[in-house]
Amino acid sequence: MRISNSAKWVLGVITGVVLLFIYLPLLVVLANSFNANKNMVWPPPALTTDWWGKAFRSLGLWEAVATSIEVAVASTLIALVLGTLVAMALSRYKFFGRQVVSLLVVLPIALPGIVTGIALNNAFRTILGLQLTMGTVIVAHATFCVVTVYNNVMARLSRMNPNLQDASADLGAGLWTTFRLVTFPQLRSALFAGGLLAFGLSFDEIIVTTFTAGNGVVTLPIWIYNNMFRPGQAPVVNVVAVVLVLSSMIPIYFAQRVSAVQDA
Amino acid sequence: MAKKLGARSRPDTGLSSARLVSSYLFPRPKTRLALLLAAPVTWLVLIYIVALVALLVTAFWSVDSFTGEIHMTWSLDNLKQVFTQALYRTVTFRTVGIALLVTVIDLLVALPIAFFMAKIAKARSQRIMVILILMPLWASYLVKAYAWRSVLSHDGILQWLLQPFGLGTPGYGLAGIVITQAYIWLPYVILPIFAGLERVSNTLLEASSDLGAKSLTTIRLVVAPLLLPAIIAASIFSFSLTLGDYITVNIVGGPNQMLGNLVYTNVGAANNLPLASAIALVPVAIMFAYLALVRKTGALENL
Amino acid sequence: MRTKALKSAVILVASALVLTACGTAQPAATSSMPTKLGANEKTVSLLGWPGYAEDGSNDPAVDWVSPFEKATGCQVTFKSYGTSDEAISLFKTGDYDVIAASGDATLRLIASGAVQELNTKLIPSYKDVYPFLKGKAWNSADGKVYGVPHGYGANLLMYKKDTVKPAPTSWDVVFDKSSAYKGKVTAYDSPIYIADAAVYLMAHNPELGIKNPYALDEKQLAAAVDLLKAQRANVGEYWSDYLKEIQAFETGDSVVGTTWQVIINSMSAKANVGSVLPSEGATGWSDSWMINSKAKSPNCAYAWLDYIDQPKANAAATEYFGEAPATPAACDFMASKDTCASYHAGDEAYANKIWYWTTPIAKCLDGRTDVQCTDYAAWTSAWQEIKG
Repeated sequence: MRISNSAKWVLGVITGVVLLFIYLPLLVVLANSFNANKNMVWPPPALTTDWWGKAFRSLGLWEAVATSIEVAVASTLIALVLGTLVAMALSRYKFFGRQVVSLLVVLPIALPGIVTGIALNNAFRTILGLQLTMGTVIVAHATFCVVTVYNNVMARLSRMNPNLQDASADLGAGLWTTFRLVTFPQLRSALFAGGLLAFGLSFDEIIVTTFTAGNGVVTLPIWIYNNMFRPGQAPVVNVVAVVLVLSSMIPIYFAQRVSAVQDA
Repeated sequence: MAKKLGARSRPDTGLSSARLVSSYLFPRPKTRLALLLAAPVTWLVLIYIVALVALLVTAFWSVDSFTGEIHMTWSLDNLKQVFTQALYRTVTFRTVGIALLVTVIDLLVALPIAFFMAKIAKARSQRIMVILILMPLWASYLVKAYAWRSVLSHDGILQWLLQPFGLGTPGYGLAGIVITQAYIWLPYVILPIFAGLERVSNTLLEASSDLGAKSLTTIRLVVAPLLLPAIIAASIFSFSLTLGDYITVNIVGGPNQMLGNLVYTNVGAANNLPLASAIALVPVAIMFAYLALVRKTGALENL
Repeated sequence: MRTKALKSAVILVASALVLTACGTAQPAATSSMPTKLGANEKTVSLLGWPGYAEDGSNDPAVDWVSPFEKATGCQVTFKSYGTSDEAISLFKTGDYDVIAASGDATLRLIASGAVQELNTKLIPSYKDVYPFLKGKAWNSADGKVYGVPHGYGANLLMYKKDTVKPAPTSWDVVFDKSSAYKGKVTAYDSPIYIADAAVYLMAHNPELGIKNPYALDEKQLAAAVDLLKAQRANVGEYWSDYLKEIQAFETGDSVVGTTWQVIINSMSAKANVGSVLPSEGATGWSDSWMINSKAKSPNCAYAWLDYIDQPKANAAATEYFGEAPATPAACDFMASKDTCASYHAGDEAYANKIWYWTTPIAKCLDGRTDVQCTDYAAWTSAWQEIKG
């Protein structure tokens, strides 16, 4: 297909407009982080850097960031293991109930968060008689994060040459050695991409978290939510958002590097 | 040389038990499959499916309205209420309408931008654009929703931008919900479509045009069929995420409520888990119907 | 393939059903009231409205939890909730020793045995609490005390002075005359708001015979629902977090509706709002701290109840949240000397115009025995019906 120059232009302009549209509200967030009015009234009547100072002095905020990172890392690790296992099983074997398994993986993300949330809350508390803790949040998050890893690994495995693994076996490598030396290196960027998405999903999740977090477990979204209800603290959350967006460039940049190196 | 050989063979002796397991498993694909699936399937069934079924069972129970204790006697009252009262029908239609609209808008916006990224942009600018699309994901859902509250206000930026054209902000309400949700879920729609387009090889497109196909024909006959699973996968994201939302509605939705609000009020608020479960059946049924519909396209493997 | 898949799905569901067959929560057994306190435990977990127990982690200057921890050795964990209804479901998890609950939740907690009767002799600060807050329907039952007051406030009427003229003195601007402000009326987003409509009907439709806005029979509830459905057509949005309410009035997206004193105090001068306690009276809240009937740290719980009604702590907590304190001596400890006056603290005539949030129950709260009243569940479904 040869794309005419005018078509390229039109598509380029659309892309530019969409990107502007994506960043317009973020500019509002940036401006509000300097908004002198404590209720984020628009337009800002005056500017101040108070919120930045407040944000960096707020212990609760940084504890929440740490909690969120802990939860996201733990659930991403679980999702990486479970997602890779399912993807390997489903890409290599045709078996009874194969479609049910793939549905099983997709379901936690396909069903609305509030359903997942109240279902897990009910299961943890009344069926298992557990107290809600950070562990329950991790379990819940890992459950809906499996799918992102699964999909990325699945896509990569389907493009991978199965002869390589056979060759490895013919040369006398065991299953584990083959996985470690042949399969895993090819999966690395897929695992990175899947893991990054899983991390992101977990980090920003609020609905399922609301229903599965125990007393004292405050993830960042929950902290932000509580701050909307707290007197005179609202603009602090804008500082958090700005910092998060900027610092997200680091992992995304590395993810890009990894996949660029691998594709080359 | 001998030293080197020894060094190399040491891991093998160290892994001799692994080797044993491996030589046992190698000719037994069924056992291997079972081992691969054991952990993930146990996890998903024991945690998720059990929880889901328990929730659905709860829909048949009832709650003492004053003390809030659950009575475990079977009754169809909750389901009857959900399926006969006009309120639930209205809210279901409204919610599905919003979710569909959000999905359609996101797809219309995502397709050209994903196409530009995958097929026109050069490698370097492509990478920058992926970063630009991914970054807003980290700005926190709530912060973005509140930003839209500022933007949509009668005193806000949208009003200011549109006034010169004789237009105005739609304000808080259904339109506000659609815009905000479409905005929040857009990256989740662009990314799978972009990934899908990248998988459509350029040589295929060139072959098509070498054979005399016009661009539109190529898109219709070559790109679309290959891309369909990715599009459906993307739509599952935006559709399901919108279907279950109750927070955006509160921030920019004006006086309206969606299914998520009804579920949330009944569980978080009225402490009526049985009725909440009955209401939750509605989005669950809708999603199952949708998944069944798209199952054949292979979209479930493309999320 | 498809039937096989179906079969395995059936097996999955069936095994899940078997697993779920066991157990849901059982009602709590009430424990008896203590006559003396033992040694403090190491921890105590609290549940309350946001800003009810600040430990300095959000703002180092705002901290009345740390002095308590130092004095008693009880480490505090605190979780906040957004609505009374959420509070109840959280408290029922059994994870909390103490709850700060509004009157629309307290009776439900008492009835379900979730909270225990208090021995006020073990709470020295209790004797100095405003008498008009003690022994009320929302913190006691059958003469037994279940909660100590935290603070109180009224749901006032707020309006933008430049659009709502003349200055209103009646709730009619949000009910019968609300069409003048179509799309710019706001109201509190909770079933308990039905009581606001009932307060209005009490004054304007005496033939309905409403004596207490929390004791509505079927007919009276229907009248309130009709009033609110008519109002719904003119409502721009309902609010429950006050950031949203403040923003809407600042930008002019809302021009008239219910509010709290703390919101009025945080409005900018530019917003040009006025507020009034309308002639019909108003609903309001008087929050109570209560102890879980199965508290893991009962001694620390009692210590907290005593602490929060001591003047200094009570001043810090109620001034931060924006409400009148529970104890007169707190006024001496307020950072701003005007605080108590602006919240009408201790003004008994003002306090008596307030119908404090109380859980509607089937047994009519106004003493009628010839009819059944509508309970909170009925109000909840009515509220969803109103919002549509």
